[in-house]
Amino acid sequence: MIEAKNVVKVFGERTILHGIDAVFETGKTNLIIGKSGSGKTVLLKSLVGLYDIDSGDILYDGRSTKTMDRKQKNSIRQEIGMLFQGSALFDSLTVEENVRFPLDMFTDMSLEERQERANFCLKRVNIINSNHLYPSEISGGMQKRVAIARAIALNPKYLFCDEPNSGLDPVTAAVIDNLISEITKEYGITTIMNTHDMNSVFSIGEKIIFINEGHKAWEGSSDTITNSNCEPLDEFIKTTRNIISKL
Amino acid sequence: MFLASTFAHIGKYCLFLGQTCRKPEKWRVFLRNILVEIDKVGVDSMGIVTIISLFVGAVITIQTANNLDNPFIPTYTVGFAARECIILEFSPTIICLVLAGKVGSNISSEIGTMRITEQIDALDIMGINSAGYLAAPKIIAMLVSVPLLVIYSIAIGIYGGYLAGKYTGLVPPDDFIYGIHFSLKPHYIPYSLFKSTIFGFIIASISSYCGYYTHGGALEVGKSSTKAVVISSIVVLMFNLIITELLLS
Repeated sequence: MIEAKNVVKVFGERTILHGIDAVFETGKTNLIIGKSGSGKTVLLKSLVGLYDIDSGDILYDGRSTKTMDRKQKNSIRQEIGMLFQGSALFDSLTVEENVRFPLDMFTDMSLEERQERANFCLKRVNIINSNHLYPSEISGGMQKRVAIARAIALNPKYLFCDEPNSGLDPVTAAVIDNLISEITKEYGITTIMNTHDMNSVFSIGEKIIFINEGHKAWEGSSDTITNSNCEPLDEFIKTTRNIISKL
Repeated sequence: MFLASTFAHIGKYCLFLGQTCRKPEKWRVFLRNILVEIDKVGVDSMGIVTIISLFVGAVITIQTANNLDNPFIPTYTVGFAARECIILEFSPTIICLVLAGKVGSNISSEIGTMRITEQIDALDIMGINSAGYLAAPKIIAMLVSVPLLVIYSIAIGIYGGYLAGKYTGLVPPDDFIYGIHFSLKPHYIPYSLFKSTIFGFIIASISSYCGYYTHGGALEVGKSSTKAVVISSIVVLMFNLIITELLLS
């Protein structure tokens, strides 16, 4: 479980997050949704530790990150897997080396064991016979799946996904969504996913937090989202539906 | 304003260096990365160093020979002058300026691209010291490779001068070789290698710094790369003056 307590983030003179309180539950796909510029990426990056928050606290299973030193933060980071918007695979490494990378860095496993684990993770995300290809030689959807394989290589307790299906066609986006949802259930991970794709919201959103202009405007599930009584959220859903109906 | 920004960058650069000096997460990976970088910055630069050294050595010899029209000055002076030019200035400084362009821009654009494509964020999230992982092997590789490239450049430059003297008929080979040996001051060699090592450190660290703090997109990667070459070239020239003043005056 990850808890955000009164999280405030300021850039220069602009306050991006105004005291966000949220609980992200274990074994569930927790979604952060909102318009572009609402502050959801800043919230995700603050939760994961890429941004230092200006006030408040973030707790990983009750462990407060506020009082942690660098070493303790690094040990928590080894329990985190992250899937970036652009995959963030290392260009100079092959598919297999990318997945093996966290194992090379943090385990004392033999090369055979590391290769075996990398192959297992790649197989889990349905990547076969592509071990020796470089990221530039595979499709965007495959890159996302390799990034998921890399994120789960160390059996993480927490998985963060920053708009994982942006730039993908709807079919591939659904495949990625389902994969994230399945992995979350299978390994009992606390997954936090940042998205503005309503298909993801309705298909895998077990817990949803709606961010509007840096404030938490609504919290609920995909079952209750349509009766939220939250004006900005209703407008957000309505606009998305209008766009889809025009298509 | 400019002064404040310069001092801010110097402070940030020092913090960056502090970050690169932390203990690596895995020594095996770190040592492998150093070897990969030595291949990239050292071995891959041999071609350009060979061509530049050979031609500049030849040009120094021809120009010196053409300007020594006094019959009382012996022809071996051409070999002597070429050696002094190549050892003291051409190989350590000019080759390092060339490396600032070739290796510096490469380091900066590589790290800058990793920054804008979130690959550095991915390293940070894994709990890896990204500055140390990316910059330290490059800096060590430069510290090892640059002095070796300078020795190689000195040899090729002098050989280029020898060939030019021989085939243009301006300096007889025996006179050139005599000039090469004439009044040799042995401490010039460690001076040359010392300053090239410092230049190697400057090029790798400044280029890594510029790349590491790239913000934005592809355009900014290009700007960082240009900035890395310009700043490291200026700092190399400044340190050239300081080291020369301290060690040879």
